[in-house]
Amino acid sequence: MRLTQGTFSFLPDLTDEQIRAQVEYCLQNGWAVAIEYTDDPHPRNAYWEMFGVPMFDIRDAAGILTELRACRQTFPDHYIKINAFDSTHGRESLRLSFIVNRPAKEPGFRLERHEGPGRSVRYTTHAYATDRPEGERY
Amino acid sequence: MNASLNHQQDAPLDLAAAFRDSHVGEVLDELDRDLVGLVPVKSRIRDIAALLLIDKLRRNLGLSAGAPSLHMSFSGNPGTGKTTVALRMAQILHRLGYVRKGHLTAVTRDDLVGQYIGHTAPKTREVLKRAMGGVLFIDEAYYLYRPENERDYGQEAIEILLQVMENQRDDLVVILAGYKNRMDTFFRSNPGMSSRIAHHIDFPDYSVDELVSISHLMLSQMQYRLSPAADAAFREYIERRKARPHFANARSVRNALDRARLRQASRLLNRGGQSVISRDDLVTLDVPDIKASRVFSEEGAS
Repeated sequence: MRLTQGTFSFLPDLTDEQIRAQVEYCLQNGWAVAIEYTDDPHPRNAYWEMFGVPMFDIRDAAGILTELRACRQTFPDHYIKINAFDSTHGRESLRLSFIVNRPAKEPGFRLERHEGPGRSVRYTTHAYATDRPEGERY
Repeated sequence: MNASLNHQQDAPLDLAAAFRDSHVGEVLDELDRDLVGLVPVKSRIRDIAALLLIDKLRRNLGLSAGAPSLHMSFSGNPGTGKTTVALRMAQILHRLGYVRKGHLTAVTRDDLVGQYIGHTAPKTREVLKRAMGGVLFIDEAYYLYRPENERDYGQEAIEILLQVMENQRDDLVVILAGYKNRMDTFFRSNPGMSSRIAHHIDFPDYSVDELVSISHLMLSQMQYRLSPAADAAFREYIERRKARPHFANARSVRNALDRARLRQASRLLNRGGQSVISRDDLVTLDVPDIKASRVFSEEGAS
């Protein structure tokens, strides 16, 4: 099951040229770009690991793409996303976030039903991948 | 290949129009106007500009036009304009369309080399990332290599630099600068670095005439001028100063002018009785401001 989180996730995967153009757009707007990765695809897993430090003073997309290549080399089978943070006063939040790398095989989620007192049922999504320990999931 | 070469001979191209459209002429004229002397530097920039223009035309016709390697090394005596030209180079290459952003990242050894094991590589990569799309200027590059300490981390920085200089040639231009003899030693002990730098440019010492025109340029930027007598005195000052040790070309001229401004200021303040001062007084450096220099008083000093 293909993971759909963030911008462009219903489109085919972006090529490096398209990623470069998006990053260039972020830099033009003065947003700080950061690279994050994870192997826990749960939609509520908001805090991915950051690869390196946030890149506040990069002028050209080539710098970000160098870092992305390094991240892909280290984590070829992880989800990797690019975040663009807008630091202007009153905004101070992410403006753009999109996935740039995903595992070859995405097993998806199962639905778990917890039966409570009476006839109440609580639902949970559970990623098959997280059955294995961190780092061995994909 | 042969067929395509023949085919293109039919269509003549307007080189003059292409030259005009690229605004290369303006860049070169500006360079001529703002920088005195430096003939080898200017002619090399002219060559590079011409090559970039021709490459663009070739690419339009579908001929192969690989991005030329533009890494450079600037060597010369102190004050010959290495840093100034490097600052301009980023701008020039940007206007010629070779680098995308045209900013200059100036660093020295401290910015590249870390203090403990594993510190150097991230530090160097950080700097390289920041410089991408522009020019990375490494001042006094020979400090990167310390042959007397074989565990020095400078070598690690050099290796990362080399890798990026080779693989990401279209992402950034590296300029190394430093004094001539020490740069030569540096390149002798790092042949890999030397061979990856396409342009070794020597900055010659300035002649007295050139130094005088530099002083005029500096003064007009500072909105001062020399009285005619002071002009002659200043030429004499340069001739004498040039013969003395530790002469640093344009930097010495700048320092001399700064000291002359100091003397002019106190001369104006100590002028007894007169409390009225004209605009002319404020902008003119006069003979005593120049002649008070040590260079004149220590007659025959080494």
